[in-house]
Order: sequence, then structure tokens, then C-alpha cells
Amino acid sequence: MWPTSLATRLRIFPEQASTVAGQVDALFLFLVVVSVFFAGLIFVLVGLFVIKYRRRQTDAPVPSIGAEVASAESHDHSLGALALEVFWTVIPLGITMVIFVWGANLYFTMSRPPANAAEIYVVGKQWMWKLQHPGGQREINELHVPVNVPVKLVMTSEDVIHSFFVPAFRVKRDVVPGKYTVAWFEATTPGEYYLFCAQYCGTSHAVMGGRIVVMDRPDYERWLAGAAKDVSLAEAGEKLFYQIGCSSCHQTTNTGRGPSLVGKFGTMEKLASGESVLVDEAYLRESIVFPQAKIALGYPPIMPTFTGLVTEDGIVQLIAYIKSLAAPQKAQRP
Amino acid sequence: MTTAGAGTNYLNADYRVRSWLLTTDHKRIALLYLVSISVFFAIGGALAGVIRLNLLTPYGSLVQAETYNKLFTMHGITMIFFFLIPSIPAVLGNFLVPLMIGARDLAFPRINLLSWYIYVVGGTFTIVAAVTGGVDTGWTFYTPYSSTFANTNVMLTALGVFITGFSSILTGLNFVVTIHKMRAPGLTWSRLPLFIWAHYATSLIMLLGTPVVAITILLVALERGLGIGIFDPKLGGDPILFQHLFWFYSHPAVYIMILPSMGVISEVVACFSRKRVFGYTVVAVSSLTIAIVGFLVWGHHMFVSSQSMYAGMIFSFLSFLVAIPSAIKVFNWTATMYKGSIDLRTPMLYALGFIGLFTIGGLTGIFLATLAVDVHVHDTYFVVAHFHYIMVGGAIMGYLGGLHFWWPKITGKLYSEAWGRIAAITLFIGFNLTFFPQFIVGILGMPRRYHVYPPEFQFLNILSTAGATVLAIGYVLPLFYLTWSLLKGERAGANPWRATGLEWEADSPPPTFNFDRTPVVTAEAYAYPSLPEASRG
Amino acid sequence: MAEHVAHHFEDAEQQREAATLGMWAFLITEIMFFGGLFAGYTVYRSTYFDAFAEGSRHLDLVLGTVNTAILIGSSLTMALAVQAAQRSRRGPQVVFLLLTILLGLAFLGIKAVEYGHKFEQHLVPGRFFSWPGPHASNVQLFFSFYFAMTGMHALHMIIGIGLLIWLTIQARRGRFTGSYYNPMEVSGLYWHFVDIVWIFLFPLLYLIDRHVH
Repeated sequence: MWPTSLATRLRIFPEQASTVAGQVDALFLFLVVVSVFFAGLIFVLVGLFVIKYRRRQTDAPVPSIGAEVASAESHDHSLGALALEVFWTVIPLGITMVIFVWGANLYFTMSRPPANAAEIYVVGKQWMWKLQHPGGQREINELHVPVNVPVKLVMTSEDVIHSFFVPAFRVKRDVVPGKYTVAWFEATTPGEYYLFCAQYCGTSHAVMGGRIVVMDRPDYERWLAGAAKDVSLAEAGEKLFYQIGCSSCHQTTNTGRGPSLVGKFGTMEKLASGESVLVDEAYLRESIVFPQAKIALGYPPIMPTFTGLVTEDGIVQLIAYIKSLAAPQKAQRP
Repeated sequence: MTTAGAGTNYLNADYRVRSWLLTTDHKRIALLYLVSISVFFAIGGALAGVIRLNLLTPYGSLVQAETYNKLFTMHGITMIFFFLIPSIPAVLGNFLVPLMIGARDLAFPRINLLSWYIYVVGGTFTIVAAVTGGVDTGWTFYTPYSSTFANTNVMLTALGVFITGFSSILTGLNFVVTIHKMRAPGLTWSRLPLFIWAHYATSLIMLLGTPVVAITILLVALERGLGIGIFDPKLGGDPILFQHLFWFYSHPAVYIMILPSMGVISEVVACFSRKRVFGYTVVAVSSLTIAIVGFLVWGHHMFVSSQSMYAGMIFSFLSFLVAIPSAIKVFNWTATMYKGSIDLRTPMLYALGFIGLFTIGGLTGIFLATLAVDVHVHDTYFVVAHFHYIMVGGAIMGYLGGLHFWWPKITGKLYSEAWGRIAAITLFIGFNLTFFPQFIVGILGMPRRYHVYPPEFQFLNILSTAGATVLAIGYVLPLFYLTWSLLKGERAGANPWRATGLEWEADSPPPTFNFDRTPVVTAEAYAYPSLPEASRG
Repeated sequence: MAEHVAHHFEDAEQQREAATLGMWAFLITEIMFFGGLFAGYTVYRSTYFDAFAEGSRHLDLVLGTVNTAILIGSSLTMALAVQAAQRSRRGPQVVFLLLTILLGLAFLGIKAVEYGHKFEQHLVPGRFFSWPGPHASNVQLFFSFYFAMTGMHALHMIIGIGLLIWLTIQARRGRFTGSYYNPMEVSGLYWHFVDIVWIFLFPLLYLIDRHVH
């Protein structure tokens, strides 16, 4: 849109670098137009009245209160006044409802990652960002992503609440300890974009930032191959799964003390309480940290908690491993 | 009508210090508050000054990160809890509510004095906390940072704020009972000045909201003290629960800060247009609507917090609704000026400034209520600019306008009109210069609470700091010419502005018991006589 | 004895109405105050039902029930005291006020005994808390709310008893008669409120998941 590109060139508006940015900006522009209109209206009217109806020296002296007057109207109950009130209630109401629906609709899209999004795990901590690609590539305060590919961020914090904010993508989501939050974007233009922490988190909140590096496909593949990496997340998770003893109860069939996890991710699990719950990242994390919270139907509530025995990074690896059990043929491809 | 004993008024009735410190006269208590909140305003303003100076360079060379974090925390706490929330209600409300309804005092004068002492004690705790190390959690005290991780004076500050909350509750209680039970004969609800309606609505919020933040602060203190996991996820607590409890009060709190100001504007615009407020009933009902609906929107501070998408939609919808009554008020004030007889005295300049700046601030609130847009601007300087437009451009201009409007009544003196106008205009210009650039730098992506920032944001930050110096001048000027008026100002008559309202029928300054005999009211509010054709444009 | 009307009130009736409305307004703030605690408790009880039920089973049901009966009884004696004042009967006023105070003190005494037990059982949150079973932190959360809510309630009772003592002294002097007994009435409102808070606390805290197995 020319207004926003002009504004960007004038350095009073951020660049657009994601699929959603343009849509957010269109709504933003509408809001600016509405605001300028109404603010302008008030400023002009008030300015006009203050000049046109100013008290003049040449006027007849203004009667003081109590003086005999022709008609001291009290409240104006006239139909005209009522009509005016209704008018300037209904119009703003109508406009705000349009804005609400527009904004809610767009927000709905912004909150639901596309099914085919590539996944990146993010762990925020005082005062840095740790980002892990499924293939095991690890980054600190930087994230390399391919252009034109939707990317889903699965995020948690190790300590206090942080917030993952990329102005150029118009994306922001708090990163909360004890749970996973999700954000997504699809970058449209190669380049480097600021990453900020946007929730005050202590001393070095302001320097807990970095950049998102968006690359063309071939460049990205090259980077992926050369980047510092451990084994893939799923492989690391598998190692951990055996190392800390998950495998002793969770075997490949349902004959162990705990349910088998093969093919479990993404399905609905029946609980002892009668409810059903979706097996997603949040449920898996909760099961590792607070196993007593939800007991699978038909199994004894004997799973011990692994709080303190596994880090947030470790949990992310375990989850990646369990996800890989869902479709053994389709290995995690970055 | 006016009272006997010319020369004896509430100011000179007794000169002993203890007659001030043990007073139960609502007018003296108002002045006690005036002095205390001015002290806190100066402290909060100084803190803002250092913040803005530090932000002149992107490298934050003035203060260390830890210090900066304490500065903005203390700035927020001081300005919100110790200046804005008490300001108009405790100073102008205390002084005027009884006078405006024809009563001799508030319903509970001793509780009124108690509320001032509670305020002072709470404020002292907070100052001690500041001076002995400060607190760096942000005025919002988000957990688990504040409950588990911060190693600054959280407990002491929390205690100070907790205590001060009771001052607010007691003031609200006093106003509600007074307005219900002590109106003069003939003063029906539909004849009340809009200033009273505004304070009534504000008091409802004070009563219903403040206790919730009190208990929330208590829980944070419990968690810090005993290490239990109410908000700590490692112990099974929910840090988001804190945000819900906190904002349940803190959003209505912003209406505590703006409603009284709107009440002032109604009075001032009516008087200096010499015309009744257009849409009196609608404006009165709007105040109540804002108070009630204001309790239903707290989640709009939490759109990106991991709150459910659907909860976000509900809060967004309600937030748009709560904006409407405020817009209606602005339209009604504008309509009041239509075919009025407008006199641009200092109070009117402040009122016009309010209308302009509140409109801009309110419209930017619409941006924030819009879910998809808030994702981008949440926790950036856009939000900072928004709330400063409302609270400084709005609430403080209303406070200063009110102070100037009723100054002759409170002190019996007139201030220099020329200096008053200069200060009001300086304020308006300085304010816009300070805060408008912050909208832009926020949209560009500069987050809040940053002591350093990317270099490309520097120009806008310099503009903002430059504006802050002009703003500071605008605030300091009244200190001089108002004090001067006390010493050398011209004596004021009972009604120098020829305004309607019972308060103008008492002497300037009023005697201790306000009225000899309880007045009887027969006119509607703002019974300004119709203007003769000649004086209309 | 004629009622003293404060100078700022028009007449005795206005003074009375103001005082009554003032107490109601204050009680509403108290509802919001406790409400915050109730809200937090409700959230966690639904999240950690099992742990909360376990914690609840460690509360002394007998003592809690006795206390409930005591408090309800004290509301009765308070109401009777107000009624006696309304009928200008000085003796019964004082007796009923003293009974109310006694019952209030009994309540607090039993509460103290309960707190003592909890301390011995290592169920006081903080440094000395210890719980052998699983999800100890959730059980500690239950007891945190238990102590916060009953402690806040007990604080209000102590204040209430102080109020009653002052009332008793005034009543002995014959201050309250049919033409002026507003302070009694207003204090009665406060006392009934404190009672009602307990009536909510008791089932919420003591009666989770208590059924005959």
C-alpha cells in the first residue's frame, strides 16, 4: 500500500516483512483515517465555536444568574437533542463494531498457525533467546528462517514472563514459564529484522533481543547444513527418553505400566476423570512436570514428576521425539 | 445566602498547627491532600525527567540498567497511586462535594482525616522503599518476576501501596454516603452538577475495585515471604492468574483517574460558554456506564499473554463499548459551546486542551482495543503515549483546570490571568511535543521499559525529551504564580466567574461550616439564562 | 438520653441513615476483598481438585462444625442484643453482647487450637511445610488459601470483638434505647457479615469431597 510504504520511507512506520503485516497495516490505516477524521472534526468544530461564539465586548452584558429571563430552559428534552444523541451514539458504535469484527477476524488468523508450518522451539530466559530447529540446529538470539514458509514457534520460558516480538512481522506473543505459547509467521522478504523482548523481565530486558534472518531457500539450506548443530531434536529426545527412564513404563505397546506413546501425538486421550484431552505440546509438558494432573484411563496414577530432572530444553527434545513416534516413516524435515 | 462573619473563614479560623493536623473540616483536609500530592507529583516528575534524559542517547549513558528499571517503576507507582488516583477526588472532590450539594461537611469527617493519614503512611512506606534500594518490577508487579525473582524492595513497596488503597476506599465510601444522604432540599439527582455525578461514579469504582488489588498485593507478599506457589509455575501456581486479579482493579483504576476530570470539564465548559451542558442526562448516565462497563474489560491488557483467543474477543468487544460513552461526552461538550458565549479564561483553556488531548488519547485506545493491531503495539511506546495522552493530557489538565477554576473559592484570591494562560498553552505544546513522537516510535517497534534502544529511534526520543523540558516549564509556572496569588493576589468575590452552583454562593474562602442555613434548590443545574441574541455570533 | 447529632448533619435521622449506608458500603468493599481470595481459591480448586480434597480431609471437621454452630449462635445473640436495645432494655442488651463476645472468643480459641494442630502436622505453608505424598506443592497451595482465608476472617472477628467490647461499655451506660440504637444495628450488620463469610468458607474449605466411602 502506498501510504504505508511512504511512511516506511519517511521512517515513521515499520517495514512489512510477513504475510500478515500488510493485513494488519490495512486495518491500522483504517484506524488512522477514522481517528484523523474524528479528531479533526472535534478540533475544527471547537476551534470554530471558540472563534464564532467568543464573548465580545460589544455584546449586551450577560445576565447574571437569577435575573429575569425570557426562557431559562432546563434540560433540553426536545426531539432534536435526542435525535442528535442517538446519532452520535449509533455512528461511533457502528464504526467500532466494524473495526472489532475486522480486528477479531484477522486476530483469529494470526492465532492459528497453518497445519504445514515448520516448527521452531523457543526457550526464553533471563536474558537471552534459545531457538532450536527440529534438525538440531541451535541458535542464540538469532533465528534463520526460509522465506515464504510458514513458521510456527512453540515457546516457553525458564524463569519469568518474556515476550517474543518481531515488529516487521507484526507478531508478538508472551513467553510464559510453566506452559507453551504459540506464535506463527510467514516471512515474505529476505533480510534481517529486529527481535525484541517485549515483556519486562528484569535488569537486561532491553538487551534481550536479536534478529530474525530471512533467507532465500537455497541460502537457507546451505545455512542449515553448516550451522552448529547437535543431533536432531527428536534424536536427542530419544536418547533422553531412555536415559531418564521414561521407557521403563512407556513401551512401544500398551503392556507397560504407562500407555504407549507411539502415534499418540495429535490424538484425543481419554482420562480417568471421563474427560478427553488433546495430546499436544502443552499436555505432554504437563504430563512430564505434573503427571498427577491428568491420569489416562485404565492406568494407575503412579508416574513420578520429572521436575528438576529435565530442563525446558530437555522437555522440548522429548516432545520432538514423541511427535516423531506419530509417523515413523516421515522423519522430521527442517 | 452568603454567610455572616466576613473575615472569618476556614483558613484563618484557627492558626495552630494542630488545628490543621487534627482538622475534620473537609476543606482543610483537601488542602492537606493538595500539599501531599504535589510533593509526590514533584517526585514522580523528577523521575520522569531522569528517564527522558537517559533516553536521549540509544546507549543509555545516564544511568545503569538496574537504576533505570527502578526509575520507571517508581515513576509509575508514584504517579498512579500517589498522585493521579487521589488528585481530583481528594483535593477538589473533598473541597467541593459538600459545598456543591449544600452540606456542611462530608458524612464522615473523621474518616476523611483518617484517609489522609493512611495516604501519608502508605506514601512514607513507599518513599522509604525507594530510598533504601528501590523496586524494579514495573508498577504492574507481574509474577513470577515480582514474587520470586526480583531482589529489590518489593515487600515494602507492596505494603505502601496496600495501605494507601484504604485511603482510596474510605474516600469513595464518604462520597457515596454523602451524595446519597446529604443533598440539600430540592437537590434531586437530576439537578446534581455533573462534577458530583462524576465523583459518584468514581467512588463506585474505588469501593468495588480497590479491595481486589489489595488482596492481590497481599498474595504476592505471602508468596515472597513464605515461598508458596500461588503465582509460581514451578510450584503449580499460575502467573496469569496474577494478571487477571491485578488488571481487574487496575483497569477500572484508570477510570478513577479520568472520570473526576471529566466532571471538572463539564463545570468549566458550562461556565465559560455560559450555557447549560448539552445532554445533561446522557453525560450523567455516561459516567455510570463507564464505571460499570469499565469493570468488564480488564483482559484487553492481556491479549498476547496466552489468554484464550475467545476471551480476547470478548474483552475486545467490551472495550469498544466502553469507548462510546466517552466519545458521547466529547460530543456533548462540543455541543455545549455551540451558540454559547465563550470566554477563553485559563480554566477554559485547560478544558479545551483536555478535549483535544483526551480525544486523541481515546481514539488511540481504539487502536489498542483492536485485537490484530494490539498484537503489534502492545508493550511498545504506542501504549505509553496512549495512556499519557489520557492521564496527562486528560486527567492532569482537568485537575489543573479545576484548580484554577475553584482557586478563588479555595483561597479567596485571584491569580494572574496572563500567566495562567501562558502556563496552559506551554503545557499543551510541551505535552504534544513530548508524547506524540512516542506514538511513532512505538509503531516502529520500540518496546516499553527499555533503557537502551536501536539507534534509528534516537531522533524521536530526542524530540520527546525536548518536549518534556517545555512540559516541565508548564508545570512549574503555576507553582510560582499561584503562590504569588496567595501573597499578593487580588481578593476574590464569592463568584468571580458568575458560575452556577451552590459552591459559588458561599463566601470565598468559605467559612468553616460552609452555609449558615441549608440552601434550598429550585433550579436545574447550569441554569445559565438564555443569552440575548446580540451576544451570539 | 437524646442522641447527639453531629454538627454537619441536619437531624438524627440523616445521621442514622448515613451511618447505616456507610456500613453497607463498607461491607460491599469487604465482599470484594474476600472475593479476590475466593476467586483465586476457586481457580486452583478446579485445577488441583485431588490435592485440595486431600488437604481438606486433613482439616478437623468436628472443630469446624462446632465453630460454625458457635458463630451462627453468636449472630443470634447479636440480633437479640440489637432487639433488646430497640426495646430499651439495658440488662438484656449487655447480657447478649457479652454472650456474643464470649462465643466470638470461643470461635477464635478453637481456631487457635486448629492452627496449632496444623503446625504440629507440618501443614503450615512455608519453611516448615512437609507433605509425604505426591503433589506436595498443590497441597501447600490449599493450605496457603486455608490460612489466608481463615486468617483474614479471624482478623475481622478480632476487630469485631473489639467493636463489641466498646458497644458493651456504651450499653452498660444505658446509651442505647429505642430512640437511639443505630451503633448497635450497624455493628450487628458487621457481625452478621463476618458470620456469612464463615458460612461460605466452611463448606468451601472443610467439605471438599467428603462423603461416606
